[in-house]
Amino acid sequence: MSEIKKIATRQSYGEELVELGKEHKDLVVLDADLAEATKTAIFKKAFPDRHIDCGIQEADMVGIAAGLASCGKVPFCSTFAMFAAGRAYEQVRNSVGYPHLNVKIGATHAGISVGEDGATHQCLEDIALMRVIPGMVVINPADDVEARAAVRAAYQYEGPVYLRFGRLAVPVINDRPDYHFEIGKGYVVAEGSDVTIFATGLEVDAAMTAREILSRDGIDAEVVNIHTIKPIDKDLIVKEAEKTGRVVTVEEHSVIGGFGSAVCEVLSENSPLPVKRIGVYDTFGESGPAVELLHKYRLDGEGIAKQVRTYLK
Amino acid sequence: MTDHELRIKANEVRKGIIEGVYNAASGHPGGSLSAADLITYLYFEEMNIDPKDPDKADRDRFVLSKGHNAPALYAALALRGYFPVEDLKTLRHVGSYLQGHPCMQDTPGVDASSGSLGQGISVAVGMALAARMDNAAYRVYTLLGDGEIQEGQVWEAAMFAGSRKLDDLCVIVDNNGLQIDGAVDEVNSPYPIAEKFKAFNFYTIELADGNDMSAIREAFNEARQVKGKPVAIIMKTIKGKGVSYMENQAGWHGKAPNREQYEQAMEELTKAGEALCQK
Repeated sequence: MSEIKKIATRQSYGEELVELGKEHKDLVVLDADLAEATKTAIFKKAFPDRHIDCGIQEADMVGIAAGLASCGKVPFCSTFAMFAAGRAYEQVRNSVGYPHLNVKIGATHAGISVGEDGATHQCLEDIALMRVIPGMVVINPADDVEARAAVRAAYQYEGPVYLRFGRLAVPVINDRPDYHFEIGKGYVVAEGSDVTIFATGLEVDAAMTAREILSRDGIDAEVVNIHTIKPIDKDLIVKEAEKTGRVVTVEEHSVIGGFGSAVCEVLSENSPLPVKRIGVYDTFGESGPAVELLHKYRLDGEGIAKQVRTYLK
Repeated sequence: MTDHELRIKANEVRKGIIEGVYNAASGHPGGSLSAADLITYLYFEEMNIDPKDPDKADRDRFVLSKGHNAPALYAALALRGYFPVEDLKTLRHVGSYLQGHPCMQDTPGVDASSGSLGQGISVAVGMALAARMDNAAYRVYTLLGDGEIQEGQVWEAAMFAGSRKLDDLCVIVDNNGLQIDGAVDEVNSPYPIAEKFKAFNFYTIELADGNDMSAIREAFNEARQVKGKPVAIIMKTIKGKGVSYMENQAGWHGKAPNREQYEQAMEELTKAGEALCQK
């Protein structure tokens, strides 16, 4: 079996910005002293005049992006998820969200897969924070292909978009000619009849691994990729949930307020079904290699499979 | 306009402020009145704007970072012809396009949504940066309160503007000395203000009387000559200026006059207007 290609979605972000930058002169990129880490340094190298490093001041950066957008620029604001959605929350809400300005937030280093830096830098609340802002689009791509498509779609969409990227290199699972990305449209990755696993971000691949493990026990799991958490694909969620009647959500985020909650909201109003939310259970992260942390927090294929099995008993 | 004509206009703006706040039965008259002369000068003399084309690409921009002074901004915009003066009475009413704090989608002529203190100056910095990137000729003005500059974000924005030498940016600080909880220097002193901006690589102008139209004109003429640095104009003003019982009273920061107080305020302003017109 050939080696599976792995790419961090932050890398996809930086590279796709360069491609878009070639096509669109109004695209500008802001960063807050993390250009090497967020990978906007790649854009900076290609377009130094359109890369604005604000230094370590995320609140100001978001405001500057709002001002630029109001003058016709399409700014991509980049920093770690913790500082974009956390520290600058109110600037995103009031300076960008309220006037519905055309600002894109490219938030990298989301979730515990940040790894060694530990809890202060592992944002597990950003999906919850961003999706309550009226008019904010929230996208959590699963791999390189999806991340690039999401960056492109975010540029084309008129209005604020929150893009969630990771630090860890993750398998490229969508490298196929018929791959199609549309904001707000999820898709079935693999059919199944016993349980429906709705996954987002790097958990899509983990859910596929879990599916394989579960199949050995005779459990036929369906995996659905919901990359856009807002606006969420209600029709698909209801349809797939009703198909198996047993629903699991997986996210690299707190189980409170995030993707699982969003799925629960859809189902409770349209097709009430029990839901098992897999994620980080109301706790902070910690230091350690990303892969080991994902294992410890039962967010790798094995951990998901175990939790699903327990739930189905 | 001459200074004299501008003084008459500023008096009309003050009437608009009282009209709005009284009909809203809430709002912020104190700071609106202290900044009324400055806002009048900007909208009737300084800025390159066109009420018939509020979104004109190369217009000068104004960001009311101290967004609670919306009554003053709305009064100036209405008198300048952006919308009917009569509509000032709808301020803060359900369904009105005159929100309690400025909303750029709702109100013609409002360049930025603001009101959460400390955020407007960053938006203004972004606009000035856009002007530079596009080689455009417009200037960007932003008005801050002296209490507002207690917000850390103001100094993030100031550091960036100074560092990038954004000379199309003009920051104005309305130094009326009072904030909700009392005197600014008793709550958490922002002084010295000019020295702080100077340290952030601004060219600073200290205006001893920010309610004096001739002095305001001088300050802005000086500001226009500055190259290679953003400008900060720190202007001493009187909170509640023009309404006797509101002057220098922190209590009138965010309170509407009752009917009797409204009538007294309008009478005082009408008399002041008549006196100006006789000159």
